[in-house]
Amino acid sequence: MSSPALRIENLGKRYRIGTRERYATLRDTLSRFATAPFRHPRSSEAQSAMRHAQSDFIWAMRNVSFEVPQGEVLGIIGRNGAGKSTLLKILSRITDPTEGYADIRGRVGSLLEVGTGFHPELTGRENIYLNGAILGMKKAEIDRKLDEIVAFAEVERFLDTPVKHYSSGMYVRLAFAVAAHLEPEILIVDEVLAVGDAQFQRKCLGKMSDVAQGGRTILFVSHNMPAVQRLCSRCVLLESGRAVQDGPAPAVIRSYLAESIGSAYVREPLPAKATPYFTAAAIEDAHGSPLSAPLSSDPICLAVRWHVPEPVPNLRVGIGINSAHGTRIFGSAPEDDGAVTPSASGTHEARIRIPADLLLAGQYTVALCLWGDAIYDYPDPAFSFRVEPGPSPAYSRDGARDGLIQVRCSWEITAPNRNVAANAAPGSRCR
Amino acid sequence: MEAFERSSVVRIAPARGRLSPRLHELWAYRELLYFLVWRDVKVRYKQTVLGAAWAVIQPFLGMVVFSLFFGKLAKVPSDGVPYPIFSYAALVPWTYFATAIASGGNSLVSSQNLISKVYFPRLLIPIAAVVTPLVDLAIAFGVLLLMMLWYGMLPTAAILWLPGLLMLAVAAALASSLWLSALNVEYRDVRYVIPFLVQFWLFATPVAYPASLLPPPWRTLYGLNPMAGVVEGFRWALLGTPAPGAMTLVSCLVVVVLLIAGLIHFRRVEGTFADVI
Repeated sequence: MSSPALRIENLGKRYRIGTRERYATLRDTLSRFATAPFRHPRSSEAQSAMRHAQSDFIWAMRNVSFEVPQGEVLGIIGRNGAGKSTLLKILSRITDPTEGYADIRGRVGSLLEVGTGFHPELTGRENIYLNGAILGMKKAEIDRKLDEIVAFAEVERFLDTPVKHYSSGMYVRLAFAVAAHLEPEILIVDEVLAVGDAQFQRKCLGKMSDVAQGGRTILFVSHNMPAVQRLCSRCVLLESGRAVQDGPAPAVIRSYLAESIGSAYVREPLPAKATPYFTAAAIEDAHGSPLSAPLSSDPICLAVRWHVPEPVPNLRVGIGINSAHGTRIFGSAPEDDGAVTPSASGTHEARIRIPADLLLAGQYTVALCLWGDAIYDYPDPAFSFRVEPGPSPAYSRDGARDGLIQVRCSWEITAPNRNVAANAAPGSRCR
Repeated sequence: MEAFERSSVVRIAPARGRLSPRLHELWAYRELLYFLVWRDVKVRYKQTVLGAAWAVIQPFLGMVVFSLFFGKLAKVPSDGVPYPIFSYAALVPWTYFATAIASGGNSLVSSQNLISKVYFPRLLIPIAAVVTPLVDLAIAFGVLLLMMLWYGMLPTAAILWLPGLLMLAVAAALASSLWLSALNVEYRDVRYVIPFLVQFWLFATPVAYPASLLPPPWRTLYGLNPMAGVVEGFRWALLGTPAPGAMTLVSCLVVVVLLIAGLIHFRRVEGTFADVI
């Protein structure tokens, strides 16, 4: 138990970019090949590295080192292109690293995609065996777990139907069920939970926590922060191919969220849907220009724009302000202020004024919501902003303030009254 | 797999100087090989109307055409056996070989969804591709035995060499597939080369004609084409034509060299298949 399940030392992966170059070197490769058929390709790679500009190569990941003790559930988070998938591909042995190494103790199961190797012509039962074998299960093991897999996937009635006739939901359920019943000592999971409907996703997450509680080591990559928070005790944050933070999950998630969300919300590209959606939102100053760090002593102006492709009954718009920890501090809708949400089609814009001296200095995120008979659009968090301490009485003294908001209460302080005992209840003089 | 992977440490590092073909790992994944072959056979029989009949139709029609044009019209000699069975005995291993290198050469590219998503020894893919057509070979071979009965031919003791010759054919197909499939990953040109290669290779192999057309020293050199050794060997083992001798030995040598070099090359490039495929 003392030795780590996984140890990564200076792991790096370099890719060659550009497709034109590959054809240019076909001739080179052939001529080199004729002269030295058994020379290692790496040496020729070194030559071409000298000939081609350094910019032809890109390090998808470099100098990544960490250890994972046995039984730990490690979350790997980061923006798209931060190197998460590259790391998982190397650890799953799908591709070789360019430098460094990783030592893995125990059988590895990796789920970078569900349904890998499913064949549409084969029946559900046949695909369970095929997919199981591809994932590294023994036939005897699959025999033993077949009933469990089928029950988990809820496809009993269609077990002997070719999967090409399955609905996409059934297909994904079956694929996940096979993968979930793989029992490796180290499980590597990519964004696979992002499939299926909400109910099935919950079921998958439940299965994952069962696996985690079974004392297995799990590497979990996801953009679903609540899921990461729920499953993982520790997180590694990757940024541009480097591990920039490694520590307890809540702290790493918090700093990832604070950095990964822009200071404005822009819907790009615009969706081709018939239901209302937000197009843009930002914090603005009094003149309507974007502002990333308003002062706590000024009113904060939030400009929100949304588009209604066709009129929707009972449409409502609203915003929410969350603390850096993700706690909703308050929500607001036009109806709170005696206004109404326009129901007509077209692009609408609202400017919401948050009173001065309400938010404390610190990081906040904004949630936007368009709803009616259903929730049409709900980016949460849509973007973040930072409130700087302003020249208000709340910040007239040094030191951070506790709490979520500041409320300017009235304070009436009376002179000491000798007739009242020090511990007597205060009189009802507050108006 | 559990037995050898549990508690043992696997090191993942750059491919520099990696040579071992990791045969123990192939063995650990033998069930996957079985399932890959089983999938290909099963899917083919589900998707085709004639199914198993194709295994016979291909070499059989080849035999009819060859008998007509080479046997009847061109009067190509056939080492003293009836021309139809002379050509069919060669077409059985040849059809296997042609099918095997065509599917073997494209095997990695057509399994790219597997290669980029899950780890298993990549060697299994070309191996499965050359094992699968053995099913067809077995069926076509049954027909060959029926034809021998029809012509009243009895195999000689040389038939004991048949398993060895079959292994030579499989090894030749595997060696070619290793090279073709690995090159195909990087240069898709290979896909277009394969049909030509198969066509030329057929003419370079004594399928429609006997190797005895060549004088003895050249005949030995003919063994550089491994399929020449296989095809002549099949005829010798089944139909009692003159023993190919040195020619088959040369073929064996060529196959061993090609296979070992192919395995080394494959091992060196397999780590980056997922990046370039």
